Amino acid sequence: MKRYTIPRLGAKLLLPLILLFALYVQFHGDYGPGGGFQAGVIFGAGFILYALIYGMDHARRLMPPWLLRIGISLGVLIYASVGLLGLLLGGNYLDYGVLDHHDPAHGQHLGILLVELGVGITVSAVMVTIFYAFAGRGR
Amino acid sequence: MLFGIYSLVSASLFVILDAVDVAFTEASVGAGVSTVFMLGTLALTTSREKTPVAHKPLLPLLVVTITGLALVYGTWDIPPYGDPANPIHHHLVQRFIEDSPREIGIPNVVTSVLASYRGYDTLGETTVVFTAAIGVLVLVGGARRRRSRKDESE
Repeated sequence: MKRYTIPRLGAKLLLPLILLFALYVQFHGDYGPGGGFQAGVIFGAGFILYALIYGMDHARRLMPPWLLRIGISLGVLIYASVGLLGLLLGGNYLDYGVLDHHDPAHGQHLGILLVELGVGITVSAVMVTIFYAFAGRGR
Repeated sequence: MLFGIYSLVSASLFVILDAVDVAFTEASVGAGVSTVFMLGTLALTTSREKTPVAHKPLLPLLVVTITGLALVYGTWDIPPYGDPANPIHHHLVQRFIEDSPREIGIPNVVTSVLASYRGYDTLGETTVVFTAAIGVLVLVGGARRRRSRKDESE
């Protein structure tokens, strides 16, 4: 689809906005609607759009499959380690209140931010991985 | 295509019902990504079905019927829809809404329930997504490697 000017230019205009919006949803999930899962899906969808327009070879060069596999496991790892961190600091598993000594609410903020980041990384990597698996099969 | 339109319509419905987070998920997953996956699957499959291996349909039918009956039996215990006396409106929701600003301190109660009060569930969900990717890689991603190995041996 790279030969067609309108989809290519349209994607070029839309892509930065989609990725930026994904980051906004990711880190603004505490205050507005959204969170890690939605942000991950939007980020993945933006990347899938790139792969659809510019071709799988370009997409693979930009986001190689080994990086995606690391991303898939890294997100779950971040989530589980935040839980373990709470355990080490003397709280319960996945109790974020102990992450900050002064104010439990701040600890909750930090914990939720990290956990949502983990969810976002895993979900976006999974979406792109599934797309690669389906789209790369036909060739 | 129809699935995508359906998802978009139900996303708008969720917005009307003030469930913005659910609408967000429905719009991005249902209308966006799964339509692309569906088209990708369609591109992989052929228009003819392979003739299946002959087997008796009785056992699968029996299993499906029993499961369906068990599920219907389960619905008898569900409290009536929309009744304000349902336990969900008294038990936890009130506590979450009243105590969340003090305990968690973030304005979006959905996020605080999802990531903090229900942290285990969300960890489980993330693991489910992780497992789904592993399953897809094993089922679909592995075939390419086997083919390339055959190419090497030839």
